[in-house]
Amino acid sequence: MSLHHTGAGIDGQKLKSLVDSHAALPGALLPMLHAIQDEFGHVPEQAVPVIARSLNLSRAEVHGVITFYHHFRTHAPGRHVVQVCRAEACQSVGAAALEAHAKKCLGIDFHETTADGAVTLEAVYCLGNCALGPSVRVGDDVIGRVSPERFDDIIAELRAEVAA
Amino acid sequence: MSTRIYVPIDSSALSLGAGRVAKAIADEAARRGIAIELVRNGSRGAFFLEPMVEVQTPAGRMAYGPVQVKDVASLFDAGFISGGGQHGLSLGPADEIPYLKNQERLTSARIGITDPLSLDDYTAHGGYEGLKNALAMSGADVVKEVTDSGLRGRGGAAFPTGIKWNTVLGASADQKYVVCNADEGDSGTFSDRMIMEGDPYVLIEGMTIAGIAVGATQGYIYLRSEYPHAFATLKEAIRRARAAGWLGQDVRGSGKAFELEVRLGAGAYICGEETSLLESLEGKRGIVRFKPPLPALQGLFGKPTVINNVISLASVPIILARGGAWYRDYGMGRSRGTLPFQLTGNIKRGGLVEKAFGLTLNELIYDFGGGTLSGRPVRAVQVGGPLGAYVPASQFDVPLDYEEYAKRQAMIGHGGIVVFDDTVDMSRMARYAMEFCAIESCGKCTPCRIGSTRGVEVIDRIIADEQRGKNIALLQSLCDTMLNGSLCALGGMAPYPVLSALNHFPEDFGISKTEAA
Repeated sequence: MSLHHTGAGIDGQKLKSLVDSHAALPGALLPMLHAIQDEFGHVPEQAVPVIARSLNLSRAEVHGVITFYHHFRTHAPGRHVVQVCRAEACQSVGAAALEAHAKKCLGIDFHETTADGAVTLEAVYCLGNCALGPSVRVGDDVIGRVSPERFDDIIAELRAEVAA
Repeated sequence: MSTRIYVPIDSSALSLGAGRVAKAIADEAARRGIAIELVRNGSRGAFFLEPMVEVQTPAGRMAYGPVQVKDVASLFDAGFISGGGQHGLSLGPADEIPYLKNQERLTSARIGITDPLSLDDYTAHGGYEGLKNALAMSGADVVKEVTDSGLRGRGGAAFPTGIKWNTVLGASADQKYVVCNADEGDSGTFSDRMIMEGDPYVLIEGMTIAGIAVGATQGYIYLRSEYPHAFATLKEAIRRARAAGWLGQDVRGSGKAFELEVRLGAGAYICGEETSLLESLEGKRGIVRFKPPLPALQGLFGKPTVINNVISLASVPIILARGGAWYRDYGMGRSRGTLPFQLTGNIKRGGLVEKAFGLTLNELIYDFGGGTLSGRPVRAVQVGGPLGAYVPASQFDVPLDYEEYAKRQAMIGHGGIVVFDDTVDMSRMARYAMEFCAIESCGKCTPCRIGSTRGVEVIDRIIADEQRGKNIALLQSLCDTMLNGSLCALGGMAPYPVLSALNHFPEDFGISKTEAA
């Protein structure tokens, strides 16, 4: 599926300028990776040698950092990333049932994207909304008290946005 | 004159629609030709009342909640703009809400009261008093004040903050750092987030005091990436503090420098461990370091580093403003001061409850919390995050004190209280504790990396009733290895929820109390 092809539509010049503008920071690698993922939605494979050269690291070291952190992804996600909290406070109010429902209604497992490219489903371990679980994050927004029905509404809204 | 209306911008309030409510109020006021000034405050922390709207009146701030968009027109009809109490959502004066009134708010005193980004509001409510005092003192005296306050690390380890600072003060180096651990990863906690979103200057002030006390000129806040709103608020607060001279090369004309920057983590629980955090800040994988050397002597980039949790640093300004002895008057035993507890999970009235140490889970869960959200009996409470023990009802009267909890193989940690009702299966929670450890292990030491995966497998066999007796003995032995052989608290404490579940709730593992012992 073309959506998942790493490197499609990556502006090499933009990439280089993001790398250059962060290179002088002390401990530059994480801010640099954030900037790249914010721009492209993921950290594309061709970024690795560019970063490595810039920071005088081996490609293995850069790869090691990218894959260590759950936040960084190496493939393009769907148009919306939906994170479902799996942590204890949300479990105490039905997160396990919500997780099962989410996977069933989207027809995908965690770290997968729906066939229409609308939604990537991710697990998350605490969104800091523990008095109002079960919690879900869509983009930068946290949503509390998410019942399976509410989840369906959220997905329907996201799909409508994609269609519009 | 326009009426001032407060609608919280805290993430939890937003998660229930506070953003839409704020817009609806602005629109409705415009439609009716009523002049209002909309302030987006932090949350006071009574999350069961969110979105809680407050109206400034001559008689004080009147509260309404939980407000939904559909309620807005009727609130205007009922005259809420003048503080009218005729609406069904009227809560009366905000300060008189028992949940809030019965707290002892020192660290979180301003959250929900002020406009988070207004420096004028901050200073009008006692902000920067502590730094002003600190600037007139020697570094050693500032450290002594913090030591005298009895403040201990609020991130979980409860190490005396003043002693840590003193080590950095005594170290000589061309550069020292102050690092704030804002990687609040524990489930059942959000007090750091509430500070950063609702009163960011108190953290900035606390870090500035730390820097000036120990001679560090650069600070970093390492913030978890799950908190995008806190990131935006902190960046803007730092910008404004710098513009007003509270940060920079010459802090308020003192001749002392302190610069501050916020950095984002990337979704790794282990980076809440201080040495992993430092590795991550340096741009590496978040792998735990051996100690010694202590971070206080060789921390960030190998330099002496104060590294403290958000709540520890945010407690410093009031200590410097009122004095260590004043702060020390709160609390019990060796647990001095207050802790912002977070009442979460299956709880009717969840939220932030700051109280002096020494209160009990009974008071928190029933007096403040009103029991479970489901209305079913409370069965277990996990205190102190995913590495904290499950506490049974028989221990709900134990005072919340670091030493009292340690005696019972439990911990207070960062003050997260997660309530479970009687539908919980504790063998599943034990399995989850091991699973979480396996997902989040940095992989450096074997007991944590391998032990957690083996732990999941052993618990699966116990649940499936495969040689249950033998596998329980194996699980206990595995936990013993992890407890004693792990490099840091992740592998070293993940056995606490497992063993407490097994010891207090053996029936969920298919065995009797005597078999578990």
